[in-house]
Amino acid sequence: MANVVPTLLAVVALVFLLFSVLPGSFISGMNEDGRSAIDPAVMERMRKEMGLDDPLPERFAKYVANLAMGDLGTSFRTREPVTKLIGVRVWPSLKLVLAAMAFAICVGVTLGFLAALRPGSLIDTVSMVGAISGLSLSQFWFGLMLMYVFALQLQWLPSFGYGDGGLRNLILPAIALGVGPMALLARTTRAAVLDVLNADFVRTARSKGMSERRVVEWHVLRNALVLVVTIVGLQFGSLMGQAVVVEKLFAWPGIGSLMVDSVFQRDMPAVQGCILMIVVFFLFINMLVDMAYVAIDPRIRYR
Amino acid sequence: MSTPLLEVRDLQIALAGDGTTYNAVEEVSFQIGRGEAFGLVGESGCGKSITALAVMGLLRRPLSVAGGRIILEGEEIQDASPAEMRRLRGRRIAMIFQEPMTALNPLSPVGRQIAEMFVLHQGASWNEAMDRAEDALRQVRVPSPERRIKDYPHQLSGGMRQRVMIAIALACGPDLLIADEPTTALDVTVQSEIIDLMAELCAAKGTAILMISHDLGLVANMCRRVAVMYAGRIVESQVAQAIFATPRHPYTRGLVDSLPRLGERARHGRQRLREIAGVVPSIAAYPSGCRFNPRCPAVSDICRSISPEVTALAADGLVRCHHHG
Amino acid sequence: MKLGANTWVGGALVGLALTVAILAPWIALTDPVMDANLMNAELPPSWEFPFGTDAQGRDIYSRLVYGARISLTVGIVSQICNSLIGVTLGLTAGYWGGWWDDLVSGLTNLMLAIPSLVFALAIMAILGPGLVSLVIALGLTAWSYSCRIARAQVLSLKSQGYVQAARILGYGDLRIMFTQVLPNILGPLIVIATLGMGGAILSEAALSFLGLGIRPPFPSWGSMLSEARDQIRSAPWLSVFPGLAIFFTVLGLNLLGDGLRDILDPQSTTRRA
Repeated sequence: MANVVPTLLAVVALVFLLFSVLPGSFISGMNEDGRSAIDPAVMERMRKEMGLDDPLPERFAKYVANLAMGDLGTSFRTREPVTKLIGVRVWPSLKLVLAAMAFAICVGVTLGFLAALRPGSLIDTVSMVGAISGLSLSQFWFGLMLMYVFALQLQWLPSFGYGDGGLRNLILPAIALGVGPMALLARTTRAAVLDVLNADFVRTARSKGMSERRVVEWHVLRNALVLVVTIVGLQFGSLMGQAVVVEKLFAWPGIGSLMVDSVFQRDMPAVQGCILMIVVFFLFINMLVDMAYVAIDPRIRYR
Repeated sequence: MSTPLLEVRDLQIALAGDGTTYNAVEEVSFQIGRGEAFGLVGESGCGKSITALAVMGLLRRPLSVAGGRIILEGEEIQDASPAEMRRLRGRRIAMIFQEPMTALNPLSPVGRQIAEMFVLHQGASWNEAMDRAEDALRQVRVPSPERRIKDYPHQLSGGMRQRVMIAIALACGPDLLIADEPTTALDVTVQSEIIDLMAELCAAKGTAILMISHDLGLVANMCRRVAVMYAGRIVESQVAQAIFATPRHPYTRGLVDSLPRLGERARHGRQRLREIAGVVPSIAAYPSGCRFNPRCPAVSDICRSISPEVTALAADGLVRCHHHG
Repeated sequence: MKLGANTWVGGALVGLALTVAILAPWIALTDPVMDANLMNAELPPSWEFPFGTDAQGRDIYSRLVYGARISLTVGIVSQICNSLIGVTLGLTAGYWGGWWDDLVSGLTNLMLAIPSLVFALAIMAILGPGLVSLVIALGLTAWSYSCRIARAQVLSLKSQGYVQAARILGYGDLRIMFTQVLPNILGPLIVIATLGMGGAILSEAALSFLGLGIRPPFPSWGSMLSEARDQIRSAPWLSVFPGLAIFFTVLGLNLLGDGLRDILDPQSTTRRA
């Protein structure tokens, strides 16, 4: 947990360097195909305005100072503060990621448990084949297929967009995004539960005369959960990455789709802002996962 | 003699390997009377632990009971259903294991793990059970039991954890306590304390003990009768003093001789530790005839071809050797 | 050495993908870029066009086959790049320790805090779209995991007798690292590389799908999907086949990686559990 602040600072520094050090990267003609669409005198004025000719440490200090005040710069494209652009998109992104994770956990962990409690059975084989397939899917392609079947052919659900922010619009994107983590969780939960079932203390529990069901409830669950929580934490990172593509596919008004659009338009301040926001998200969720970890596993409390 | 508490007759345990089945344990027979302390001795891999697991009904794939009878107080239990075995475990037969480090659930306070026994078998409420768990800890001489019941296993030392295991096992007053190498993983200084505690508590409650160990000295001190196992078979069984004074099987003799004794150096000068030459055979490659023949100092031709029968000895003893005595 | 079903099926799928990619010019029916006949636009699968045609009238099958070349090349090259970086950093960090280790560990933590696809996007933003920037972006952002594993393996081996023996004999550090330590940690690293290749192919598809990677008219499986998207109603098969191609290739790599793990890494140090 103490890692958060230094990591955040390091990320800020890295992002800043990336976008500042590479020549011409910041105002690269602000045009998609790299040709300078602006007359050089205007570019010169813009450079002076944004202080791009100042020495690097000075620019960095100004950047961090601005950040501390919540100022992420001004978008090239819309001339609005980036913070405002992002602010309105935080909640949709958060909703999508949380919904996807909830789907992944509910389905994945359940399947993993069932598969482990009946190893070698039909449900075990089917779950694991499904899981490895889920890991091999291109999530946006899966989303596209879902869109085709459920929205266009069957017309049960809207095919894209945020709509009125209700559940109907959330379902397809959440499933498309969540299928990858679900697959990984199914596999990992299965492995974790099998490990625990073979542990010494489970043998002790059986020797006490407990029914298998009680053994699972009183002893296996919590111990397997510890391993699962670790994976959930790790998965959030890649989930955020995949969310970018899924958001674009479903025209979901989140930070991810903003980032993609900004990359296309070479709107550097916006790109920078999006990256920082995504990382903050990720670190925050990691912190929550760490706290959950401490709550479940008493061994950590007494370090 | 009255009906023994536990009688094992010709127990055979099979191990399913790649395509073939091996007999991990064969023709194992012994009896334990009420309140009696019985020792089972042998090197690692001789099958003593899985014999104990078989009695508890805890064998899992690829091991299984392939033959023989296990009789508890006159009732045969080797074919009992899982539900019936569950009724026995904890209530009439209890077991403690070798590694106290890993034998307790790391995420549950030890008090709760003891209390589970009362909730499971005696229908107590959790509150009652926790009180009785505290008493149980007191009985096994854990200091400040009222605080300890809330501790987690990783906060306790190995010796303490083993005391907790003993408390769990004896909680519901079982007729038989099986102890599988309970002190092997503990510090030497703690070992004798644990053994004494076990002996005292079992004597007080009239609980019989099946003590499993590779340490002949330890077992002979604690138990009235001792059986020696080698490569899946019992090769000798006698009253403890007799095993030491007059071992009849060359393997037992080797075990007895290998124990270093106080005062030997004064008597005989410096000597190498005596050991039994060779290694325990792997289950897939048991020698033909007597399984001990490659390592036996008294080996002859008949040993290599014919497996020795059981010869009865005085006081319900037995030995399995062509050249016993 | 018993090879499970995983390895065989996975190996077969990967082998098929590689064969298709290598033999592309010979097994394709038409030129994937040039043979565009608007008269044939958006035809469903038929004998002449086994997987149908796209909006420009190009044969999907041939594009798919050539697309294998691009997607697989990008996947392999970027994974090799990632593995080289990750293993070198991890190996040296674990072996030398000290400030170098701190630096590498800090850098790894940093990389792990930024989702790799996001980082790749950022790099593409700076370098502009195209095949080269795609490979650079993918090759520089996914090395953290192999670095971590390599480092952990080295740390556990460092105390082993033969490493210390080599030191005493006066072997130079580099020699020890590459002749003694590396061969022993290769197992898990091969597993990671195989699985990582699947990830690289998926990432390339995602970036091309967004329009940032391979640009039309060149066929990569991802760019084919981005083109197909607008025709989803009128010509759904355009979306199905490239997606299936990606799916089976990545599935093959995943199965192969799993199977290799059973052989090369029995203690499952690479399991993400």
